[in-house]
Amino acid sequence: MDDSDAKAHRLPPTPSQTAGPYLHIGCLPSHASTEPVTRADPGATMIDDTTPGERLTLTGRVFDGRGDALEDAMIEFWQADSRGRYRSACVSAVRPVDGFRGWARRGCRAGDGDWQLDTVRPGRVASPAGGWQAPHVALWIVARGINAGLFTRLYFEDDPANGDDPVLANVVPPSRRDTLLARRESPTRTTWRFDIHLQGDRETVFLDV
Amino acid sequence: MNIDANADTNADGHRYRSAIHRSPRQPLLAIRSSLTESSGPLFGHAHVQPGDADLLLNHAAVGRTAIGERMIIGGRVLEQDGRALDGVLIELWQANAGGRYRHRSDDYLAELDPNFGGCGRCITDAHGNYAFRTVRPGPYPWPNGPNAWRPSHLHFSVFGRGFAQRLVTQAYFEGDPLIRQCAIVGTLGHEAAVKRLTARLDLPGSQPFDLLRYRFDIVLRGRDATPLLP
Repeated sequence: MDDSDAKAHRLPPTPSQTAGPYLHIGCLPSHASTEPVTRADPGATMIDDTTPGERLTLTGRVFDGRGDALEDAMIEFWQADSRGRYRSACVSAVRPVDGFRGWARRGCRAGDGDWQLDTVRPGRVASPAGGWQAPHVALWIVARGINAGLFTRLYFEDDPANGDDPVLANVVPPSRRDTLLARRESPTRTTWRFDIHLQGDRETVFLDV
Repeated sequence: MNIDANADTNADGHRYRSAIHRSPRQPLLAIRSSLTESSGPLFGHAHVQPGDADLLLNHAAVGRTAIGERMIIGGRVLEQDGRALDGVLIELWQANAGGRYRHRSDDYLAELDPNFGGCGRCITDAHGNYAFRTVRPGPYPWPNGPNAWRPSHLHFSVFGRGFAQRLVTQAYFEGDPLIRQCAIVGTLGHEAAVKRLTARLDLPGSQPFDLLRYRFDIVLRGRDATPLLP
């Protein structure tokens, strides 16, 4: 790794270390605190009442190799809006007109480890190889015991576009595709469950991005 | 991305125990970078308040400051081609001078400092520079063996331009004898990586009769880095 960087005259990247058990102090103060907090946590909201699109709630847990749900993980979410546009590098990213932020952050609830995020179904984003990616949400997970943040993606189990998605259809082995699919909790509800398994038989696909 | 990051054993053979059941066993799957990876959230100055980068004062009562060795931690955020990253968010968190975290889960014997919170935020300037005023965090024991200690360290969360550049890491202090025995440092696997996480004393950059300065530069992976596999 170092040799290739040196040959390309590039600086070697700063290595990762675990976020540790007290990550909330810096990233999710409301979870750290023994005292009331006056500022909202960063990434507290993805949308507001004015955000257009199909509204849904994502929920899930992060499980370790023994099947126990983590209570000290942090998950970040990055997605396009309902029209397939990322909010980046433009003024509206800082103060969005329609309340859509694109980015959110969640901790795990004490007791059961659940996280929950209200958002809209993202639109399709162009694929670098031509064509379109299926609607997806990018996730990044850090915690005590995780040495380098884990990247993955959440897709929606019922979306016909999944069959053409360059990652889901072409990179992920068929036997592991279901680890990237969020499932509707019931046909009529708008809650989708996406559990992450860090290790074991149902280990989630993590990506080298 | 370093697949060896799943390693959990340091040079003395001490494993990072929390990683045993939390490390993926399957290799990462390389994907071609798309807008999903190369775009990322933008944080303007609306996200940081005055004083967010000053841990000596931002949790202190009026007229008081945090107890401990007064210091600045500062440096530049760069991409691998040497370009500075301006306008990116850095979050910092740490224990106090005694090694105690202001977190409901920490019950270490060292006391809380009522004038120290341990949380900071700042946005890099036009040249990619960042700086925090703080106190040097103390080392502390942790249940990773019969007598395991974390070296003094600062936790960093860094945003680049693209979501795939997200980085969480720790900075250590040059000359700290506890670095060698730490199982978390041991997950790095090679000495060059430990050097990259070691903040260096910058005595000329220190403020006389006030603050010692330590320098810690952060290099983020390129947004369009070619994955290892075809």
